[in-house]
Order: sequence, then C-alpha cells, then structure tokens
Amino acid sequence: MNKPFTRRSFLAGSAATAGTLSLVGPQAFAAEPLKVGFVYVGPIGDFGWTHGHDLGRKAIEKKFGDKVKTSYVENVAEGPDAERVIRQLASSGHGLIFTTSFGFMNSTIKVAQQFPKVKFEHATGYKTAANVSAYNAKFHEGRTVCGNIAGHVTKSGIVGYIGSFPIPEVVMGINAFTLAAQKIRPDIKVKVVWVNSWYDPGKEGDGAKALIDQGADIICQHTDSPAPLQVAESRGVHGFGQASDMKSFAPKGQLTAIIDDWTNYYVQRTQDVLDGSWASQSIWWGMKEGLVVMAPYGEAVPENVAKEADAIQKGIVDGSLHPFTGPIKNQAGEVKIADGKTMSDEDLLKMDWYVQGVEA
Amino acid sequence: MSAEASVLVLLTIISAATPLLFAALGELVVEKSGVLNLGVEGMMLAGAVTGFAVAVTTGSGTLGVIAGALAGSAMALIFGLLTLTLAANQVATGLALTIFGIGLSALLGAGFVGVPVTPLPKLDLPGLSDLPLVGPLFFGHDALVYLSILATLGVAWFLRRSRGGMILRAVGESDIAAHSIGYDVIAVRYRAVLFGGAMSGLGGAYLSLSYTPMWAEEMTAGRGWIALALVVFASWRPWRLLLGAYLFGGVTILQLYAQGAGGFGIPAQVMSMLPYLATILVLTVIAAGPWKGRLDAPACLGKPFRPST
Repeated sequence: MNKPFTRRSFLAGSAATAGTLSLVGPQAFAAEPLKVGFVYVGPIGDFGWTHGHDLGRKAIEKKFGDKVKTSYVENVAEGPDAERVIRQLASSGHGLIFTTSFGFMNSTIKVAQQFPKVKFEHATGYKTAANVSAYNAKFHEGRTVCGNIAGHVTKSGIVGYIGSFPIPEVVMGINAFTLAAQKIRPDIKVKVVWVNSWYDPGKEGDGAKALIDQGADIICQHTDSPAPLQVAESRGVHGFGQASDMKSFAPKGQLTAIIDDWTNYYVQRTQDVLDGSWASQSIWWGMKEGLVVMAPYGEAVPENVAKEADAIQKGIVDGSLHPFTGPIKNQAGEVKIADGKTMSDEDLLKMDWYVQGVEA
Repeated sequence: MSAEASVLVLLTIISAATPLLFAALGELVVEKSGVLNLGVEGMMLAGAVTGFAVAVTTGSGTLGVIAGALAGSAMALIFGLLTLTLAANQVATGLALTIFGIGLSALLGAGFVGVPVTPLPKLDLPGLSDLPLVGPLFFGHDALVYLSILATLGVAWFLRRSRGGMILRAVGESDIAAHSIGYDVIAVRYRAVLFGGAMSGLGGAYLSLSYTPMWAEEMTAGRGWIALALVVFASWRPWRLLLGAYLFGGVTILQLYAQGAGGFGIPAQVMSMLPYLATILVLTVIAAGPWKGRLDAPACLGKPFRPST
C-alpha cells in the first residue's frame, strides 16, 4: 500500500492538486482498495459467456489481493436497467467498471459522462470516450478453426447454427465458419436458427433439435448455454462448445470449443488503473494475444484434421492466415471482397451481410 | 414434411409444452381457491435445482422428481405462511418468492454447474414403443409427460365433479360465504397452494432432468411467467390450459423449424413473436365464444382472507 501514499504526498506539492487528483482517480486516496465492478448479462453459473468473465474477475482478486475489491451484478437486462446498475456501481466508489455485453454500450457511455473519474471498460462494442475503453475478442478466429473441422467431419454437408441476435459479432462468426468449411466442402450449407436470446437453455436445445431433424449433423452455437451441444450429443451428432470447454456435456460430441480467456486483459487493465497509467483505448485481441483459445480436440477429430486445425491456429497467430480473405461472395453471389484482398477490422466490425452458403 | 419428420417435430413440441403445463395446472388450482401466487418461476427453479441435485447425488431420477415436487411445495409453504396465515399482500409476496427462488437455486446449484446427469428414462413397452410413428409418439416419452396429461384429467375432474373441488371453488368465489357455512377457508387454500408448489416443482424437475438434462442458473428463462399468463388466457379451465400449453409450445417449436427451412422470407424477430400472438389470439377467440363477456376469474382472486371471529 506504499504506492498511493507516495503519489499522494507528491501530489500534495503540486500546484493543481485538486485537478490532478480527479484525473488520477479515487485510488489515489490512499488506503482504500481499488473497487472493480462487473456488470454481467447472464448468471455466473451459465457455464459460458458470463462464467468466462467471472473467471477474469477472480483472476484480478487473486493477482492483486487486498489492493482491490471486486463486485459484480449478474443477470442485468440490456437496456434501461443496465444504466441503473452501472450508475449504482459508479456512485458507490468503484474506480473501474467492466460492462460485459454488447447491449450495455449506450448505457455505459451515458453513465461515463456523469462519472468522469471512473474508468469504464465495455466489451464487444464500438463506442469509446475519454474514460471508456472498448475491448473485444476475435471470436471469429475460433470459428475459422471450427469451420475447417466441421468441413471434414460432416457427412450430410448441413451445419445447424443457433444464433442469438443478428449483430456484427454473430454475423461475422457465421461467415468465418462458413468460409472455412467451404474450403473443405464447397457445397456445405449453414442453416441458421435465431432464438432471440443469449441464454434460454430450453429454446437453444429446441433449436438444435429442429436443425438436426432437418439434416444437420454439426451443431454450432452463438448462445451461452451448453444445451445445444447436449442435444447434439444425445442425437449422435457433433458440435462445438461455446465460451467454455463443455466436454462434460458432450464427451463424444464436442469437436472442440472456443474458449474466451479474459484474465490477461482484466489483470492488465486493473494494473493500469493502480499505476495511474490507464488510458482510453479500443482493442480487438484474438488468438495471438491468448484471448481466444481452442479447447483440446475431441475424439471424433481425426489426427490429420487436428494437424490441419493446428496449422490454421498457427497461421492466424503469425498473421499469415486472415479468416476473411477474398474472393468472398455474398448470398446473392456478388463478389464483396476481391481475390487476395482481406477485410479490414473496421468493415468486419460492421458486417451485416452473409456469405454465400449461409441460409439465414 | 414426411410422417417421420412430423413425429420428430411433435416430440419436440410435447417436451416444450410439458413444463408449462405442469406449472400452469398447479397455478390454476391455486387461483381457483382465490390465491394469486406469482412465485411460479421461483418454485420451478427450486424444483429444478433440487430435482437435479438429488438425482445426481442418489443416482435415481425418480427420487429427483419427488424431491423437485417437495422443494416446490416447501417454497409454496413459505408463501402460504406469509399470505394465508399472516395475510400479507399476495402480489408482493409472490414476486418476492420468485426473486428468492432465483437466488436460492443459484446458491444451492453452485456446485452442480457443468455436472452431467442421466436423463429420465423413456417409457419402453416392448412391441408398442417399437411401432413406427405411433410408437415414439404415444409410447416413447418419460413418465412425467404422461403424468402431466393425467394431472390435467385429474384437475379437470376434481374441480368439476368432486366435492373437494366444489368447496375449493366456493372458497375462491366467496370466501366469506364458504367460511360462514363452516368451511375452513385457510386450510383449503393451504392445500391448493402446496399442490401448486408441487406442480411447479415438477415442471422445474422436468426441465433439469428431461428437457435439458443439466443445471444452469435461471434455466427456466421465464417459463413460470408464461405459465401464469396461460392460466388467464385459458380462463381458468384445465382443458383450455392443455390446449394453450401445447399451442404455445407448438408455435415456439414450429417457428424454429421454419427458420431452419429458410424462414419463408419472414424476419426471425417476427417468428419469435408468433407463439405469444397465436396463443393470445386462439384463447381470446375461444373465450369470446358462447361464454362471451365472462372471463371467469375467481371472485376472491388475490384478496387476503381474515376470518372475523
């Protein structure tokens, strides 16, 4: 607890004490631990998205001990309710607040304007401010690996995809998956069913049943519960885990899982606030930074396919493989990305069209 | 769609409708006795987590189901103590019960997240269950599905034909009159509330042991509220409730199949609205038939009863 004291005595000599203090933030007021708040869209026991963020929160506690105090609010609905929760955290002395769902973006920006001393970190959005950073993960890099494996494993050539909401993050994942699968099976069809929820195990499972009944033998999901994978297992087809390794629900069926590992980022940003070096930024990390990790391959993945998937991961990490490399055609068959060109991050983050082969 | 495919769709619909039917039937009896328990969601969650925990720990699905029903009743008992014995406001207490159930089930279930469970066994009648089409459709479910249909039959008979059912309805229509001719209003309501809790618990246990055999926090995802709405739209009649639950489940599932089949050019968001629209529409049309103008809400619904001694 030496650091803040030092900084305080230093600041006391400064001419613009008050102004500087407000810039450095509440942690400068000595003995008080930095309060770090988390706003979750689902329950921490969802075994998926929110579970992953909560592991990041626990990593902060483990790393910084009594220098920080973390708290979280789970099951916060996207919309007006979120604003109330975020404001509550900001006004109760939190110095750093992570809001971990796309739909919290506008609420975060709004509250941040009223609390200029509090640092905000918003996940998967695109708006930033002086005290709001945006951070996101290149989940689609994982989808590229999944698509490749699916192309090899599928027999029917039909993939069922459970979608939550047609936002760029989800659309991008569907496209990355389809493009990678088409490289192996040019005739592959990706059928998308939207359940209009991030988390409704029953409905997600029903979506999987509907897709399997319509011929899909691979189930992919961009929702947060293990239900679709569990249905895949019980119907004897294959699927991919989402956000966590879900092998316990599908010991035979899980081919691999895309795991979000937020710990490095969360620990680093907390360190930045403690050091007083936090600055607003917008980052989009992927496999290279260890934010997107693939779970061990399941037994249904043959050795040569596993090797190929490893090579793809390596290519993404060293930058030699871009998941969106042209030629890419949209559903109408028009060339959107020319041969050899790659899509810019900016265009990807706004993606609102499907590639050829997607049925959505 | 081929016959085999239609059967598969129907199987999915039946499993989607069953938890709604359980919870709504229980609530129907509760409301017929004049009590409004908005804690269905919380009681379902208690049933889901307890059923799951007991099934995993003992290895017996049957014990899990029984424990789920008991857990639902235990939650209902809290509600009864507050609203019947202490005459607290039923709406506020019911809402509190839901919030309490969400938190309590998350706490109890914390150690069971990510744990697999053996789903409830499907009925297997040699010969019958192997018949094409008819076999899986009529003889291939787990016991809870049959129980939910039998319960509809039982509740319909009880309310309309039995002496106990008449007393229960009398208590719901005019508690003071029932009291003055010597019926114990509070005791009748306690029984109804406990029955409602057990049925919600069964609905929850069906979710965590059969529908999606796992425990995840808030896995009911609002089904308790849909059950509550179904009771109103079914105008407190068990057979309409059965229709409503299957209709809601049916349209929910069919829209998923329709999306998978290409969506027929209808936006997915509109598809998601369909179950709600269809259920409201059909049940409103029925209720506007020969019984026009009568919604049939029990007259004492939601009013606390304080016997004047």
